[in-house]
Amino acid sequence: MRTLTPMTGIMLAALMSLGPGMAHAEVPETRQAELMHLLTQDCGSCHGLKRRGGLGPALTPEALTGKPAVMLREVILHGLPGTAMPPWKNFMSTQEADWMVQMLLEGRTDAP
Amino acid sequence: MRPDSRLLLFLSLAGVLLVSACATPRGTGDLGIVIERAAGSVQVVETTTRTRLARVSGLGDLSHASVVYSRDARYAYVFGRDGGLTKVDMLRRRIEKRIVQAGNAVGGAISQDGRLIAVSNYDPGGVKIFTADTLELVADIPAGSGDSARRSKIVGLVDAPDRRFVFSLFDAGEIWVADMRTPRQPRLQKFSNIGKLPYDGTVTPDGRYYIAGLFGEDGLALLDLWQPDKGVRRVLDGYGRGQEPLPVFKMPHMDYWAQSGGLAYVPAVGRHEVLMIDQKNWTETARIAVAGQPVFVIARPDGRQVWVNFAPPDNDTVQVIDTLTLKVIRTLKPGKAVLHMEFTPRGENVWLSVRDENRVDVYDTETLERVTSLLADKPSGIFFTARAQRIGQ
Repeated sequence: MRTLTPMTGIMLAALMSLGPGMAHAEVPETRQAELMHLLTQDCGSCHGLKRRGGLGPALTPEALTGKPAVMLREVILHGLPGTAMPPWKNFMSTQEADWMVQMLLEGRTDAP
Repeated sequence: MRPDSRLLLFLSLAGVLLVSACATPRGTGDLGIVIERAAGSVQVVETTTRTRLARVSGLGDLSHASVVYSRDARYAYVFGRDGGLTKVDMLRRRIEKRIVQAGNAVGGAISQDGRLIAVSNYDPGGVKIFTADTLELVADIPAGSGDSARRSKIVGLVDAPDRRFVFSLFDAGEIWVADMRTPRQPRLQKFSNIGKLPYDGTVTPDGRYYIAGLFGEDGLALLDLWQPDKGVRRVLDGYGRGQEPLPVFKMPHMDYWAQSGGLAYVPAVGRHEVLMIDQKNWTETARIAVAGQPVFVIARPDGRQVWVNFAPPDNDTVQVIDTLTLKVIRTLKPGKAVLHMEFTPRGENVWLSVRDENRVDVYDTETLERVTSLLADKPSGIFFTARAQRIGQ
C-alpha cells in the first residue's frame, strides 16, 4: 500500500495537473456543509472526530502523507475489502469524494 | 480582636453556612451522564425529574466515549478517544481527576471490588490498569499477538467475577482473561484463533459467559468463565448463510447483554436482522427483520421489550420489538442520528440521544410516546448510575 505503483503515480500526476481548488467550485456550498458533517460525524465513528484514528487509521494530513489522492478517493468510494472500511459511493459522487480527500489532505474541518 | 480578623471570622462563618446550604444530602441512584461528543463535555442528568443538573467541561476528545461508575455511584469514570480517563464527581459536578494515559482509547471497566479501573487502548494497543481512587498506574498489559511484537487494538473490555477483566484483540482475533488478584502482576490466560476481527464483547449479566461479536466472519465467540479451560467456542457459526453481507457504515455494539426469557438478542453484522440465541444450548432460535443494520440491541430491564437503533442511512429510526410475539411493534423516527439508548433503572423510560437534532429524547416505554426532551450539544452515549451495580458494566 505504501509503495507507489506506476498506475497510482500516473493518476497522481493527472490529479496534480488539475491544480488545487478545482473541486471546490464543483461542489455547491450547501452540499459541502453536508459532506463536512458526514466527514466529521460518520467517518469520525471509526477515524475519530479529530481524525486521529480509532478502529480505523488516523486521517490527519501527516498520516496521509505519501498516499495518492486518487487512491484515497477510490478507498472512500469503494471501501477496502477484508477490512471494516465500507464503500461510500451511495452517499456521494466521485467529485464529492475528491472534495473530501482535499479536505483531509489540507486538514480542513470547516465548511460553509 | 482586630477589625480585620473579625471580618475574616465573619467571612469564614458565612462561607461555612454557604457550603452547608449547598450540600443538601442527596443520593446518586437516579443520576446519569450524557456525553456531548463534539464539545468534550458531559451533562449530569437526573432521571426522576428528567432534568439536566450540570454540565462538566474539559474532558478532551469524546468521539467515542463510555462511562463506568464507582460502586457507591458517586464517581463516573469517563473514557475518551484521546486516551483521557476522567473521574467526575456526580455530586459536586466537577472533575475530580483527569489523566491522559494513551494516545487513543475506546472504553474501560471497573473491577469487581471497585478498586481498579481498566482502560482498553487502541494506540498503543493494550490494557492499562489504574487505582480507582487516585488513577495511579498499577499495571500495563501490552497486547501483542502470539510471538509478534505488533500490538493489537483492544475491544470489548469488561469486568468479570473473581477479580478478572476480559477483553478481545481486534487485529489478532484473541480473547484474553486477566486475573487481577495480585493487581501489580496480572495473570493472563490467552485464547487465540477465536475468529476474525472481534469488534466488541460483553458478559452475560450473571458474569458467566463472555461473548465477542465478530466482524470478519459470521458468528460469535463464546467463553465460559466458569470453565475457561474448556476454551472458546464458536456459536451462530455462518449465520449469514453464505450471503454477502451489506457494507457496514457503523460498527454494531454489544453494550449490555440483551436477554429475555432465556433468549438473547444480538445484532447481525451487515444484515437487517436481530438474531435470537437460546442461552441453554447457544443456538439460533429465530431472527427478526428490522429497518436497517442494528447498532445497539438493548432489552428493557424486565425483558418485555427490545429496542434497536441503526447504522446510517437508517440512523433516524428506532424500532421496538415485543419479546412475547417477536414482532416489531413500533417504528419511531426520533430524528437524525440516534446514537445511543439507555433505560431508567426499572425501565419505565428510555432516553435516546439524537445527535444531529442536539436533543436527548425521553420515551415512555408503555405508551411508546415521547414524554420530554432535553437540549444537549451533539449527544452520544447515555449512562445511568444503575450501571454501578451490574457485572460487566
